[in-house]
Order: sequence, then C-alpha cells, then structure tokens
Amino acid sequence: MSFFKTLIVGEQGAFRPETLTPLQKVTLRTVVIGLLWYGVAAIEGMMMRTHHVDQTILPLDNAHFFSIMTAHPIVAIFGSTYMVVFGAFIFLVPFLMKKPVYSIKLANITWILIAVGTLCSWTACFLYKYAPLYTLYWPLPVDMKQFAPFGGFLFILGVALIMVGTLCFIFNIYATVFYTEPGHEKRPVKPLLISGFGIDGLLNLINKVRGREPYAKEPAVSLPVVAIFRGTVDTFLDALVILSCGVLILVYIIFHMAGSPLDPTAINALYYKNWFWWGLDLIADGLVLIYVAGAWYLLAMLITGKDLFMQNVARAALLIELIVSWAVWSHHLLSDQGQPNMMKITSGEMVTAFELVTQGIAVFITLMTLWRARPLKWTNELKFLLGGMLGFALAVPAGIMQADLGLNRVLHNTQWIIGPHVHVAVLVGLTMTLYSAVYILFPILTNGGKLFSQKMANFHFWAHLVGGIGMGAFMGMAGVNGMLRRTLYYNGEFNTYMILAAICGALLLLSWVVFIVNIVLSVGLRGLIGIYLPAKVKGNHALPEG
Amino acid sequence: MTDSIAVLGMVKVVYTLYTLAIMSLFAWFGYSLTAESRPKKIIRIPFYLYIALLVLIGVSIHILTFNKIPWVEMDLKRAEVTPDRTVQIVIEDHKFILPGDKVTINCNEKVLFSVDSKDLTYGFGLFRPDNSLVFQMQVVPGSKNDLLWQFGKNGTYTIRSTEYSGPDGVPPLKDAVEVQGCE
Repeated sequence: MSFFKTLIVGEQGAFRPETLTPLQKVTLRTVVIGLLWYGVAAIEGMMMRTHHVDQTILPLDNAHFFSIMTAHPIVAIFGSTYMVVFGAFIFLVPFLMKKPVYSIKLANITWILIAVGTLCSWTACFLYKYAPLYTLYWPLPVDMKQFAPFGGFLFILGVALIMVGTLCFIFNIYATVFYTEPGHEKRPVKPLLISGFGIDGLLNLINKVRGREPYAKEPAVSLPVVAIFRGTVDTFLDALVILSCGVLILVYIIFHMAGSPLDPTAINALYYKNWFWWGLDLIADGLVLIYVAGAWYLLAMLITGKDLFMQNVARAALLIELIVSWAVWSHHLLSDQGQPNMMKITSGEMVTAFELVTQGIAVFITLMTLWRARPLKWTNELKFLLGGMLGFALAVPAGIMQADLGLNRVLHNTQWIIGPHVHVAVLVGLTMTLYSAVYILFPILTNGGKLFSQKMANFHFWAHLVGGIGMGAFMGMAGVNGMLRRTLYYNGEFNTYMILAAICGALLLLSWVVFIVNIVLSVGLRGLIGIYLPAKVKGNHALPEG
Repeated sequence: MTDSIAVLGMVKVVYTLYTLAIMSLFAWFGYSLTAESRPKKIIRIPFYLYIALLVLIGVSIHILTFNKIPWVEMDLKRAEVTPDRTVQIVIEDHKFILPGDKVTINCNEKVLFSVDSKDLTYGFGLFRPDNSLVFQMQVVPGSKNDLLWQFGKNGTYTIRSTEYSGPDGVPPLKDAVEVQGCE
C-alpha cells in the first residue's frame, strides 16, 4: 500500500470507523483530544525551557512567561491526563463489568466541557497574561494590580467548566456501576458498594487470619473497577474543593469589575492554602496513585492473561490508599511556619511516608503478576508498563525525601520538587502507564486496527523514557544546587543543567511527534475524521455485538 | 551547626545511588521477564518483610534527619528558645524592607528571622554566592513567619523570595546578610 493511501485509510485499511460503537467513538474522541493537549503542554514546556536558558531567543516578557507556566499544568493535567484517563475509564468500566455505559450523551458532554474549559483557561493565559500559577496562593489570583480582571474571569470559568465536566464523568461512572440495565435482574447496591470500596478484600484477609471461609469468593466488582471506583471518590472531592476556590475567586473578580473591590484580608491565606492543597493533593497523592495502581493491575492481567497476584491485599491496599490520600496534604506546607508542628509531623511526614508502602504494594503485586507468567514477549504494552512503574519508583522516593522537615528546608520550591518528583511522576510514571494502556487498547477500541510501525513505537518508548528521566535528573541537579522553580535567572547561573534538560525535553517532544504520526498512519485521516462523525452502530455496549 | 551544603551533598549521593540501583533492577527485571531461560537464582523477599522494609525506610528517614540535621529540632522548638537576636523583615509591594542596609550576624548566634508580608504570599530564602540554598520559608500574609537559624561559617548571603508573587516578582538583595566572627 502506498504511503499516500496509508495516510488516507490507515495501515492496511484495517480501521473502519463505521464499525465503531458509540462508546468506542466517544472514548477515541476523548483520548485523541487528550493526546493533542499533551502536545500543547510539551511545546509550552520547551518554550519555558528555552526561555530559562536565554531570555532573548523567544519574544516573551515576564508576564507571558509566567502565564505559560500557569497554563502548562492546566493543559497537561486536565486537558491531557484527565481526558486520556476519563476516556479510557468510561470505556473500561462497562467493558469489564460487561454491561452498557449509563449515558453516551453524558460521556460526550464530559470531553467537550473539559476540552472547552482547558481552551478557556489557556486563552486567559495566552491573550490576557493571567498568571497566578496553578497554586493560586491567596490573594494572588485576585491581585488586579498585576492581572486583567477579565483574564481571571476567563481562567476561572475554564477551570469551572473542567470541574463540571469532571462531575459529569463521575456521575456516569457511578451510574454505570450501580444501574440495572433493561432486561437484567435487579443489581443489589450493597455488594457493589462493599466491593467497590474494597471492603470485601479486607474482610477476606481478616477471615483468612481467623481461619474462616472468605467473605466473598467472587467479588461483585473486578479489581481495576475497584481502583476506578475508589479513585473517583478523590476526583469528586477534588472537584468540589477546586470549584469552591474558583467561586471565591470569581466573587472577588466580579466585585472588582463592578467597581466595589472586596478586602482580600477577609480570607485567611493560610486556611485557604490548607483547603486548596487538601483538594489539589487529592489529584497528586490521591486519584493519580489509585488510578495508576488500578491501571497497573489491569495491564498486568491483560498482558499475562492471568489473575492478579494477591488480589485481596490489592483490594485492601486501595482502600488504605484512599484514606491515606485524605491526610497527606500538609507535606505541601512544611515550609509554612504558621502551620502547626503536629500537622507537619503527622500529615506532612508520617502519613505521607505511608505512600511509600501503598505504592510499594502496587509495584510488588504488579511485578509478581508479571513474573509468574514469564517468559513474556517484549511488547509495547509491557515495556511502557515497566517504564511507568520505574517512573513512580524514582519519583515517589524523591517526594518522600522532600516531605521531610529537615530536607524540605533546603529543597522546597527548588527544581528538585518539579523535576525528579513531579515531572518524572507525571511524564515517566503516569504518561508511560497511559501509553501502555493506549497500545493494549488500540486494537480493542479500533476493532482490529493495525499499528503502522513497530520501529516508530520503539523509538517512542526509548526517546520518552530517556527524555523524561534525563529531564527530571538535570532539573533535580539544578535544584540541589539552589535553582528555584517559578524563578527566572538572567545571568546563566544554571545554564549547563537547563541546556541538558532542554535536550531531554526536545527528545520528549520528538517522541510524541513520532507517536502521533504513527497513530495517524495507523488509523488514517479518514479514520480520524470518522471518529468525530455520528456512530452508525446503535446501543451503549462497549463493543459491537457478535 | 551542620551547614546545609553538607546535607544537600548527601541528598545528591543517596538519590543518585538509589536511581542507579532502581534503574538496574528494572533493566534486569525486564530482561529476565522476556528471557526464554529462567534465571537460576532469585532473591526471595517475603511480602511482609518487604512491607516492613518500606515502613522502616519511610519512618527512619525522618528519625535520621531529626537527629542528624540540627535545624529540625530547633525549628520545632523555636517557640521555647530565646533567640540571641531577632531580625524583623517586611515584604510589601514586591520589595524586601530590611531593618538596615545590611544584616550583620555574629558567628553561632541564634537568629530569629521574622518576616511579615503586607500583601501577597512570598518566600524568604538565603543563598550563598554560588546560588546554593542555605534555608527558606514561606511568607504568608496574616501569618507568623519566623525561622530560627544558627550560622557556623563566615560569609555573605543573598536574600531571595522563594515563592512566586506574580510576574512583578521581588528583586533579590545581593549580599544582604553577612556572618562574621567564625574562625
């Protein structure tokens, strides 16, 4: 087949969008938009990295630089990661539970709201240079001496749309788990709830110790769905907290625009910071870790074709992880001297250290599941899964070190936190896990679509792995030597590290370009457009019948 | 008091060694997973021993730093300590306002830096001439932001805001703090 024909119809013409179910289509729509937003985030990252090295290369002033820095996590976390994860989960829950999704319409509304919301926030940063950063430390988001009020309004509106989209996703997930589809006998709620929270796993463990029969031999909900169920609790709480902060900021901005500005000191900045970080940390230390653990379990089972090792422990650990995630936010406030010492020690240090255990359990169970099934083929999904686990194995200890009163004093707000911890966790840990899911679900979601080039997939893997770890490592070295995050240096103080990090960043960007080209050539332009056209197949089932 | 540069040096060494070890482990695991012949010897780590090890590592980091890094205990007990001197600093409208042109500190004095923000959330950090960080804290408006420190080496330090306060930023104060009298 000629290259031009492949570009139009995809590899061997194997992908035919007219065969897709509405759920397959909505999943692919969501994931494609998420992958495109990832590219925007990668380009933004390279722009900032270039500007770090030399402020004369790009025509950016300070305000524009920091507005890019504000947009960057919104685009990367919500526009990209949330979209890819939500797209995958809205397919996986009905797929694994063997029942139709509750609402296709709601799934479409979800991705549209998040995509439009991300665009609104990005526009507020790009056009109006609104730049309070994602941390939104009070009262910076309402500092109208530095920012245009309309920019703030648009930014918060965008975040609010993202959160409403998130609530739509949450409703759809829980509705899919609990509702009884027409023609099916009534599904009782209690066993679903007990299983969804992993309580059955805990009771099975207790009964085993007491020498009794297991509480539930056949859990009502499969383990990956338990992780989705559990992580979505944090997604819900996080959405409420971010929405509440957004409403507060909007009220201040609207009063300012109306000519009657409110007094920012009416809000206690430290209480606000605690509230905001409690919510925001439910993403970083809550839903991400829980969703990732669930994704590892699912991928390990799909790759090996075997049951998960130590299922009951995994279920119970997910429950513990949920509770742990509610009590760790203080590690973000170890340098806040007004924060009570007891909270710093318990929530900031000790409970946070427990994440080493919960994440360690997930790593152990996944690796053991793979190990028991060896020899395995070195497939794309396997190598990306191992890359993802390596990412978290590097990033979680870096975070635990940071969450220490002694080390935090010399590491907080340096490049250490954003490099070896955040970027390695997100880019290597989370993103490689998501790529593993993309590669394994690709033939399922496309009804037998074929990958254009394995060589390109190999390049994607190695360039992403080396680029991600390398970038994090050089940022970390700069951080240990005193380079602050969120700060521009004008005299090339850390240029050696920043140039090396930029080279690794460029490798990451290149790996994404190669991946996108590979996917486009796999599905073809006709297939890509077809995803966004109405489905010809009817019904809410995950896969075409028969 | 132990200089923070020594602690940062230890962080570099420990984390680099850990990184190399964990990458090697994953490389070996990936190879063994796909190799046709099974590896002859495997280190068998019982699950509960592994968990105990993780708990031990998680807790012992904090116990170790509490005992070996002097500013941890000093920070937690600073309310009970009478400082040798207090340096009052204000940050307002994106500027540091010091009590004088320069803060001069005698060797081994216990100095309480008390920093007050009149508007936004800032940071307060002291940096060596090579840009490495001595210490930092957040400066939250309406909150008590104080940090007790003891200097054991002569030197001049730059004050920087370690927290973002908008694109206007805060200009650093070069050589704003001088420590003298150490041998």
